[in-house]
Amino acid sequence: MADVTYREALRQALDEELDRDPDVFLMGEEIGRFEGSYKVTAGLWAKYGAERVRETPISEEGFVGAGIGAAMMGLRPVIEIMTINFILVAMDQVVNHAAKIRYMFGGKVGVPLVIRTPGGAGAQLTAQHSQSLEAWFAGCPGLKVVAPATPADAYGMLKTAIRDDDPVLFCENLVLYNLTGPLPEDGDGAIPIGRAAIPREGTDLTLVAHSYTVQRALRVADRLSQDGISVEVVDLRSLRPLDVDTVAESVRKTNRVLVAEEGWSTYGVGAELAARLQRVCFDDLDAPVERVGQAEVPMPYAKPLELAALPLESKIEAAARSLLAECGL
Amino acid sequence: MAKMAGEASVLDDREHALDLFRQMALIRRFEERTEEQYTRARIGGYCHLAIGEEASSVGSIDALVDGDALYASYRDHGTALAVGSPAAAVMAELFGKESGVARGRGGSMHLLDVERHFYGGWGIVGAHLPIATGTALAMVYRDLPFAVLCQFGDGAVATGSFHEALNLAAVWDLPIVFQVINNQYGMGTSVDQSNAEPELWKRAASYRMHGEQVDGNDVLAVREAADRLLRQAREERRPSLLETITYRHRGHSVADAGKVYRTAEEVRSWRERDPITRYGLLLGERGIASAADLDGIWQDVSAQVKDAIDKAVAAAAPGRDSLYEHLYGDPAHEEQFSRMQAGAPFGERGGEQTWQT
Ligand SMILES: Cc1ncc(C[n+]2csc(CCOP(=O)(O)OP(=O)(O)O)c2C)c(N)n1
Ligand SMILES: [Mg+2]
Repeated sequence: MADVTYREALRQALDEELDRDPDVFLMGEEIGRFEGSYKVTAGLWAKYGAERVRETPISEEGFVGAGIGAAMMGLRPVIEIMTINFILVAMDQVVNHAAKIRYMFGGKVGVPLVIRTPGGAGAQLTAQHSQSLEAWFAGCPGLKVVAPATPADAYGMLKTAIRDDDPVLFCENLVLYNLTGPLPEDGDGAIPIGRAAIPREGTDLTLVAHSYTVQRALRVADRLSQDGISVEVVDLRSLRPLDVDTVAESVRKTNRVLVAEEGWSTYGVGAELAARLQRVCFDDLDAPVERVGQAEVPMPYAKPLELAALPLESKIEAAARSLLAECGL
Repeated sequence: MAKMAGEASVLDDREHALDLFRQMALIRRFEERTEEQYTRARIGGYCHLAIGEEASSVGSIDALVDGDALYASYRDHGTALAVGSPAAAVMAELFGKESGVARGRGGSMHLLDVERHFYGGWGIVGAHLPIATGTALAMVYRDLPFAVLCQFGDGAVATGSFHEALNLAAVWDLPIVFQVINNQYGMGTSVDQSNAEPELWKRAASYRMHGEQVDGNDVLAVREAADRLLRQAREERRPSLLETITYRHRGHSVADAGKVYRTAEEVRSWRERDPITRYGLLLGERGIASAADLDGIWQDVSAQVKDAIDKAVAAAAPGRDSLYEHLYGDPAHEEQFSRMQAGAPFGERGGEQTWQT
């Protein structure tokens, strides 16, 4: 099968799920006639009609809430939030409602809802349009948070998320939309939630990442290999549940670990992994866990400043080299 | 007493007329005993009583048909009783028992009864309006001939979600009746302090929606309006806003004496308009129920509440080992989370030393 873009992989998964299950419907701003701000839903409104591809006003709190209320009736809404920055006005619906409903009501009602939304930065979109906030949600019991890095994972995990009986925040990335890769040849390609992947094996350093940062990590691994350094890249794929076992196994082999993420590291994915790894890999670590993320400022506009703030390959590579240097490598 | 709107259909049916009285009496007695149980520390947390507001709640809930869905705020004890949830299960929830309507996980503010299509008491002011709107959307999606009744307080009208929900319901032609139970205050803030347009029903016009205000202490007037608007929702898929004017006799919660922001005179004047006394007088005037009949009802509901308390006292609290139950519902969730225990915080790993609480 020919390679497809991440965007097309998502579109195909949506198309197939809409086709498979009449309870699945899409809802969000500009996802119909306009075909989606990033064209992920292109053609679906024309194919499935306005009831199943429901265009909404600019009312994130309203339509995320409506998705919850429809999901409580057993429907499977897939909501698109134009970018993760705008989910903040619906934070109450996500954190106080979607995440809490099943537990707070003693298991008597659930919320099989998916919220798809891209994060990411790098196109000079500045402070309010460049965030990667997924770690905030990954800290919330009741939610599941996934962040695939390849077209095949985007396709397979979106299917799983839609079929899941719990609320899933499905994090995409603006830069990933044009990334190409293969889709599964056969089967329906669904990929389980809570399983990390190892896109590149290595022995000297474990480099953990999710979403677009996985692609950066792979390029860093390439560069380091030219100096004879063997990097194992772990793609987390899910943030809640977090597959600590796979990371720990890798660290037991490499004895060194660097966690890279596009969001701020403080209280972030790396912070969580560091806390867990110091417990389960205490004797395996040859150096302290290192973290790299976005500079801890709101994203600036001017290009040199933006480049300085982003966790680019150069920054990840520098972090890796300094970690290895601590070990005399 | 003037003829009340909508009274004909209800008062012609003695059983129905008495049932409305019985429901309101049950709620009143239940709330009074709840207050007492709270002071005995058998109930914890927040506890919001709706004494004085029974007609607003019972009148509209009585107009629901089986299949219609109901949403309410955290002031929801009466809501649960009005849909017919067993008083013992409601009281058990307040007591935090496993036999409670939400297995003791929700408490006073989060009652529900899915079998009776009561989808909850909600604790974030205004936030359940969009959710109720989504349930109305699901009814249209599934082509069901039902409607949603979404009740909330006057305080919710000032929130952004009120606007978003009413706008969505109107642009999508959803079968939902938004009922604002205007008890004059949100905690200690009066309606005209909170709202540039204190005639709350008029807000409907912004959404080209029908808006209407009725005397919320007149159970028959509330029932008539709700019945008409729910029919319109079911049959024509048109949303509406119904404002029922009432008053809470008690403070905002059991922790508030309800004195500093309103006068004793004001409270007294509303007690004189007590919805239950008033309806009882009407039943007497019309020869539907004698004083003895009403006494009998009071005795019945008192016994029912006593029984509910006895059962709640005797019921078992949820076991500590059930702490993690009901967090996720997908059959794969244990498998999904099986690789997350490693290095988790103390208490989350399994196999740690136990501790006493
Ligand atoms: C969003 C939000 N802000 C504040 C509160 C705290 N709070 C709880 S009840 C309440 C007053 C609400 O008044 P109203 O809607 O009129 O309902 P009533 O209590 O009168 O039934 C407030 C401010 C809350 N629960 N949610
Ligand atoms: Mg009020």
